[in-house]
Amino acid sequence: MTTQDVTLQINGRAHRLAVRLDTTLLTVLREGLALTGAKRGCNQGVCGACTVLLDGRPVRGCLTLAHDAEDRAITTIEGLGAEPNPVQAALAEAGAVQCGFCTPGMVMAATAFLRDHPAPSLEAVREGLSGNLCRCSGYRKVVEAVHRAGGGAP
Amino acid sequence: MNAATQAVGLGLARLETREKVLGRAQYIADLARPGMLHGAILGSPHAHARILGYDTAAARALPGVACVLTGDDLGDHRMGAFIKDEPPIAKGKARYVGEPVAVVAAEDEATARQAARLIEVRYEELPAVLSPEDGIAPDAPLVHEDLASYFKVFPAVCGGNVASETTIAEGDVEAALAAADIVVEGEYATAPQAHVAIEPCGALAEVDAGGRVTLWSANQSVFRVQANVCESLGLPMGRLRCLTPRVGGGFGNKMEAHVQPLVVALALATGRPVKLILNREEDFEIVRARHPFKVRMRTGARRDGTLVARDTEVLLDCGAYGDDSPGVLGYALLMSRGPYRIAHACAHGRLVYTNKLRFGAFRGFGNPQIAFAGETQIDRIAERLGMDPLDLRARNALRDGDRWFGGGEVLSNGLAQCIEGARAASGWTARRGAPNGLGAACAAHISGLLATGAIVRVLEDGSIVLNTGAVDIGQGSDTALAQICAEALKVPVERVSVASPDTDGSPYNWGTTASRVTYTTGRAVVAAAREVERKLREHAGEMLECSADDLELRWGGRIGLKGVPDKEISFLHVSLRAHWAAGGPIVGTNTLVFDRASVDPKRAVVTGLPFPRIGVFSFACTVADVAVDDVTGKAAVREAWSAVDVGKAINPGAVEGQMEGAFVQGMGFALTEEMVWDGGRLANPTLADYKVPTTLDSPHGIHTVIVEAPEPDGPFGAKGVGEIGIVTVPAAIANGIAAATGARLDRLPMTPERVLDAMTGGGDAS
Repeated sequence: MTTQDVTLQINGRAHRLAVRLDTTLLTVLREGLALTGAKRGCNQGVCGACTVLLDGRPVRGCLTLAHDAEDRAITTIEGLGAEPNPVQAALAEAGAVQCGFCTPGMVMAATAFLRDHPAPSLEAVREGLSGNLCRCSGYRKVVEAVHRAGGGAP
Repeated sequence: MNAATQAVGLGLARLETREKVLGRAQYIADLARPGMLHGAILGSPHAHARILGYDTAAARALPGVACVLTGDDLGDHRMGAFIKDEPPIAKGKARYVGEPVAVVAAEDEATARQAARLIEVRYEELPAVLSPEDGIAPDAPLVHEDLASYFKVFPAVCGGNVASETTIAEGDVEAALAAADIVVEGEYATAPQAHVAIEPCGALAEVDAGGRVTLWSANQSVFRVQANVCESLGLPMGRLRCLTPRVGGGFGNKMEAHVQPLVVALALATGRPVKLILNREEDFEIVRARHPFKVRMRTGARRDGTLVARDTEVLLDCGAYGDDSPGVLGYALLMSRGPYRIAHACAHGRLVYTNKLRFGAFRGFGNPQIAFAGETQIDRIAERLGMDPLDLRARNALRDGDRWFGGGEVLSNGLAQCIEGARAASGWTARRGAPNGLGAACAAHISGLLATGAIVRVLEDGSIVLNTGAVDIGQGSDTALAQICAEALKVPVERVSVASPDTDGSPYNWGTTASRVTYTTGRAVVAAAREVERKLREHAGEMLECSADDLELRWGGRIGLKGVPDKEISFLHVSLRAHWAAGGPIVGTNTLVFDRASVDPKRAVVTGLPFPRIGVFSFACTVADVAVDDVTGKAAVREAWSAVDVGKAINPGAVEGQMEGAFVQGMGFALTEEMVWDGGRLANPTLADYKVPTTLDSPHGIHTVIVEAPEPDGPFGAKGVGEIGIVTVPAAIANGIAAATGARLDRLPMTPERVLDAMTGGGDAS
């Protein structure tokens, strides 16, 4: 498999890397750049633990080829900042975090969702997070926290 | 116990929440060491085959490959929690599809996986045992020819493909059934469930210059990891140090070994660090899963609703290796009478080796399967007698002074409050009456067993370090144990830090399993903290020139003279004296092993039970409101209420989290989750084909009612909560489906097809 140089704009910084054409963005982030916040849960695009933002849209890091992300704005959980954003703060406050393995993907999905859906209903939050599996929480506290972070109506 | 508490009872977020929400928590896949190699596994393509030989030349010749190991390269050592039957890599025979037959270490994962595919193994295929029924047939091929010679940690009744056979009998069940006014009878089958912790299993091992190994892994017990690796590789335990990063969920899957022996073998062979993380398919195919149960059960009652007899017969698929299976069988039988006073009960079960993935510990440990049978029978009796199912349960509930099945003591029992709590919260009485889909179920689960310890140290600045060796797998035990320690020493929780488990430095802890950490380890924490308190008071007595007996702990880390508010001294000053002047640094330690007997030989005849000393019962009553689509047969839970007696909620928020998570995991088990084998091969080892509930499948209205019937020797009265919440769920949903449709299902999962068949055909479909 051919290796080619690619420029990736990650969390506001350009990275020039030699990457095989079949390498996923998740692999580059985790193994190439030691940005381990995005998790590999299934590597098949189902669990959502690898969710990152591409030009602000949530995508599966495990289904996105690194070369397809060239010159697009990639945001990982490390790029959200050193202090918790409202979603992260609400998850912490609600005691919604158990093992934490799904949390980075959940945070990225929820952050993008709330930006696009201000003040969502509970039902809308359930819909918005339906692409992220959590095996610990039963979702109730997660949904409630994101709903609260969005300042949504019941 | 009734005194006001300041640390215990707080619904704190987990201590490590910040690192988790910021994405900085480090799990096994996030760790790396300099010069690290990556491991990969070659699995057997056959369910049962003799291994005739290997050709590893092509794999070794691949650039970047450092090492290839097969069963021939390792000694003749075997591990197993109850029966020592499992080699680290298949040796001589492969016993299930996917079983590791060779492992590779290479410079990167892709090279390692490519090299594994280049290994050629010559097999002679053998007839496979694919079900327990096949396994007990007279001419069945043997999965383990040497079963008789394997070491067993309990008096196992075994032979042929039967790995373990257990009986528990009280009274005269046949006579009582013959005399009963009504007897309900049924056969039940439950499906294998995959744990699907979102973090797959993995491990990283490194050898130091002296040949000593450090092993990090996703695990539920650093001590079980140490024991399994050393047993299976023939290493002295002192040569292996086991540590843990954060763990991304376990549910039983990470209690016994997965890939740890393989990475240690590779690290020892290469002298370099080796990491191996399973992909999702491998995690499904080669770790372990919840046992499929076949249950035949009869329950007898008098016309007035008094339960008089229960007879239970269980056939359990062990899979290819013993693992925790003998324990699951014994425990399921011990739970088969349910939380009821039934004078005559008999339970018998057989555990049969098959050529499948090993089945093992999974939240509930056999209890959800047996409760599915038992609690649907209770509802059928209520139906026959025209009684309210909750009234029938309350009428027969164990009362104070009653013993558990087998004769074990029950020293605290909040079942009656759980039933009334769930009844009130769900509006049961008003909502019942057709059409409705309300189903209920009750259960109990233990939390006291085996050994544990705690070391509590006072640092120079007066702050506290708690070291127990209990692995927090995400359920929150670090936080709960810190709260217990803080309460015992009357310091704020933030003054207590929790040491990461380390087999070199932590006291022994059997593991984060069986809902045991809060109760069993919590007891050790309280006892170790009491020793610290005694030493603090002795120092303070000398410093304040008074008797230690006249001193008391005061909230905030101070010791004061009783009745004299301004005569006091801080932990800081006491600890400085202890470190630099007199007495030595203050350390409190405690170790214990749970020693309450499971069986009273005067009450019960018991053979082949692997757990002679377990107890401490948490109770639950769950109500589910189920809607069934009468066109598609799809059942969905609209709302649920779970009342649980946890003795004392050390952290109510964490208790709720356990209950809610257990409910949804139990709902998956009840409605959608099923591992399906096509011959010897698992047909659906992916999250696309194996259906774990999402937000949209899970009701938002999961309501928790916390009941506190304190355990006399529990830490501040606490009992376990990790598993009790899942035990009742399949039965409550099945009873809800019956309430909604009249259809009774006796097979899990209750998929739309099966529900529809039961609705239209009057019986369960296959």
